[in-house]
Amino acid sequence: MRMLLLLLSLLVTPLVWAQATGPLIDALGTDDFAAREQALAALTETGDPAIVPALKALEGGALYRRLADDKVLIGREDGDGIALTDPLTGTALGTEPAGNVALIRVNNRLRRAIGASLGALTLRSPDAAVRRTAAEAVFVSRDATALPPVDTALATETDAKVKRSLEQARAAILLADDTLPTDTKLASIATIADRGGQAALALLNPLTGSTEPAVAKAATEAVRLIENKLAWAAAAQNIIYGLSLGSVLLLAAIGLAVTFGVMGVINMAHGEMVMLGAYTTYVVQEVIRTHAPGLFDWSLLIALPLAFIVAGGVGILIERGIIRFLYGRPLETLLATWGLSLVLQQAVRSIFGPTNMEVGNPAWMAGAFQVGDVTITYGRMWIFLFGLIVFAALMLLLRRTPLGLQMRAVTQNRSMARAMGIRTARVDALTFGLGSGIAGLAGVALSQIDNVSPNLGQGYIIDSFMIVIFGGVGNLWGTLVGALSLGIVNKLLEPLAGAVLGKILVLVGIILFIQARPRGLFALKGRAIDH
Amino acid sequence: MSRRHFLRSAVLSVTAAALMLGTAGVALAADKPPIKVGILHSLSGTMAISETTLKDVMLMLIEEQNKKGGVLGRKLEPVVVDPASNWPLFAEKARELLAVQKVSATFGCWTSVSRKSVLPVFEELNGILFYPVQYEGEESSRNVFYTGAAPNQQAVPAVDYLIAEGVERWVLAGTDYVYPRTTNKILEAYLKAKGVKAEDIMINYTPFGHADWQSIVKDIKKFGSAGKKTAVVSTINGDANVPFYKELANQGIKATDIPVIAFSVGEEELAGIDTKPLQGHLAAWNYFQSVKTPINADFIKKWQTFTKNPKRVTNDPMEAHFIGFNMWVQAVEKAGTTDPDKVIDAMIGVAVPNLSGGYSAMLPNHHITKPVLIGEVQADGQFETVWKTPGLVVGDEWSDYLPDSKDLIADWRKPLSCGNFNTATGKCGAK
Repeated sequence: MRMLLLLLSLLVTPLVWAQATGPLIDALGTDDFAAREQALAALTETGDPAIVPALKALEGGALYRRLADDKVLIGREDGDGIALTDPLTGTALGTEPAGNVALIRVNNRLRRAIGASLGALTLRSPDAAVRRTAAEAVFVSRDATALPPVDTALATETDAKVKRSLEQARAAILLADDTLPTDTKLASIATIADRGGQAALALLNPLTGSTEPAVAKAATEAVRLIENKLAWAAAAQNIIYGLSLGSVLLLAAIGLAVTFGVMGVINMAHGEMVMLGAYTTYVVQEVIRTHAPGLFDWSLLIALPLAFIVAGGVGILIERGIIRFLYGRPLETLLATWGLSLVLQQAVRSIFGPTNMEVGNPAWMAGAFQVGDVTITYGRMWIFLFGLIVFAALMLLLRRTPLGLQMRAVTQNRSMARAMGIRTARVDALTFGLGSGIAGLAGVALSQIDNVSPNLGQGYIIDSFMIVIFGGVGNLWGTLVGALSLGIVNKLLEPLAGAVLGKILVLVGIILFIQARPRGLFALKGRAIDH
Repeated sequence: MSRRHFLRSAVLSVTAAALMLGTAGVALAADKPPIKVGILHSLSGTMAISETTLKDVMLMLIEEQNKKGGVLGRKLEPVVVDPASNWPLFAEKARELLAVQKVSATFGCWTSVSRKSVLPVFEELNGILFYPVQYEGEESSRNVFYTGAAPNQQAVPAVDYLIAEGVERWVLAGTDYVYPRTTNKILEAYLKAKGVKAEDIMINYTPFGHADWQSIVKDIKKFGSAGKKTAVVSTINGDANVPFYKELANQGIKATDIPVIAFSVGEEELAGIDTKPLQGHLAAWNYFQSVKTPINADFIKKWQTFTKNPKRVTNDPMEAHFIGFNMWVQAVEKAGTTDPDKVIDAMIGVAVPNLSGGYSAMLPNHHITKPVLIGEVQADGQFETVWKTPGLVVGDEWSDYLPDSKDLIADWRKPLSCGNFNTATGKCGAK
């Protein structure tokens, strides 16, 4: 019976609502933030689910006012114009030139208010996931006006997870009200304490100073428990941050481990190979944006081989054009490649301009997920895995392929290798190209977390050399262990000493370490080191 | 022999004649020699990202002025040098502009350290420098005109706005150098004077180009979960901003939870970021491209035509150069000469339109009056003004909130003519 009534009311009310909400939506078109906020409050009060698309459009910057008749409509960019639809019925109303409509802007107050109303309005959506998001939105907003809808939703909710979210949202609203009886407060504290995490702390912390002893005691106790739990999470989190930073350092250094570690060339233009990789990603994304927007999520995978080819190709050119004349003269190599790095930077600056280029994150690189109280961002996770994959692939190449065998042979004993019929000059060029190509791959990954500017590489060159030397020149495993351990040490020191001092401490530590072990963590043994 | 001799003398005389003709030609054109204007902005190195734009805007302004007939009936001639983001090179290039090129005025510098590096040169050779960037204050030189914001024209109003929004807990995050350190010192003193407790202020410094923000963003998140409304005041500079904002977005810190208000992030910096996750984060400036005034629309149109890029953005330091250049033109015309002493005296009191619809005037302390705007980042990479000071704010060079400088004032009018006059002791040059 109740279901039937509900169904009936669902069928009838939209007709009534539609007439009343139309003008209310148009009121959002006002030019003043405060008035827009009032208009939103009036809209929310109707409780009409039909306004949800309009609110979502407002939040997402897609609600427009038609200048001709001050009607507020949902718009979508369509070529040079804006394709308009009715916010309530969704009927298409044709396309207007961009100059004939004005985008309705929102500020932070409005954004908060929209979040709260959307939460309250979608609490009874048929989709459990939407209901849960709605409950979370109410939890965050703690808007007292959402209490009646939450109570109604709680009465009919069947999904256990959604129910829990609703209870937490209800408790969060209740905690903000100081006039409620002690029992209600204690129950709310228990619900929130059960939730745990930073958000719970934010709610409970102010209550520790409550005038009611029982409430203060319960809140203090809950805060202590949550903080204990979070302390463990924080330690785990720091290690994860360290591994993530380490993987970035690994990616930047691994190419250098080939050119400097294996070949012994001090290549100061290594950072610029990384930069070229990042710019390749930018170009790929630009082409995709203009020609095939649907492929955007694949842009990084498309950019990877291209970045390898571009950076590797430039690397081979550098080796053939400059470095091969300078083998065995490290100082001149250093100066020549340093000059080359400036040339490359300025060349990129002249072609692309000095400003940062926008490289977008594909959907699978954005956002984060929770493991307990530990947050892991998707982007960092993929970069970590990518670093390991590149490392494994390089190891395989060096250990399991004829080219790898030749590379190792040439670096271990050049004249013997030549005597065995290996074309050492060709192997030199390919090895240098490989190291540069890997740097290009690193550039694709770094474009996701750092600036794509001509200076991108500069920030990584010192760190890369540090890692290769710390790990042991000529030893790839040393580079892996060196990068990850430096990352972790950096992240453990940062909260204690601050970012600036932390970095200095790491540098001093490495200098002392090199004094004790001049050949780094994993020193190469045997005749190879004596050549 | 004689023939050869003849030939030689013939060649010589022809050359001499040509030379004379040449100099005569030059002398004719030099009837009214052009006025040289120095442009001292880095076109390579780290700062090229910001400063190249300012060089371009100066070239545009000079071109416009020449179309209008120049200044004092003479054409303006830009002299562009590249100090390459290298601070000592700034001083060398400044000397070259003043001593060799003999420029009448110079527009340049971005970082405070570059300004400090050229300051002695401009004072020694009596040049004129227009400095277009918001800075930490605590300085006033007779030879420098500061057209960017002093701390009270940017940082302090920004904090006032957030206090009005109910913020009670503050993270002051900055890059580790003089501008953020001094600004944060002023803000800390200001907040404490407003009754904010020490435990509600977190100060964090990071190196230039800091790229790994994971743990700092987590700390900010933690600091913000004490149940009081929290905001981040960011003096993070340059390249470090992109990874910082990306990390904020990734860790899900929204502007509705913990807003970040930045003093060094403008339209140009946002051009390198996908701004959709950043909507609602704030910036405090004296100009936004989104300001709706006819003069701004005209400026943007000219800029986009000049750069042949219909998507090119404008920003606050560009407006500062626009104001500074027009002030200089007016002062030169008022003085009737480009003689630096006369122009410096004529500068004070000059008022020109700014791009946000009012007039900016040069003050006796060589700073200018400006409106202060707070803007929120929009999905299209623009800022929407959400708050504006009711009138113009007078640039205060010596902060009232620092014990060392609260008694100091600058007044370059005669007879005082002093950049650091101590009102408590009545002496010039004493702190």
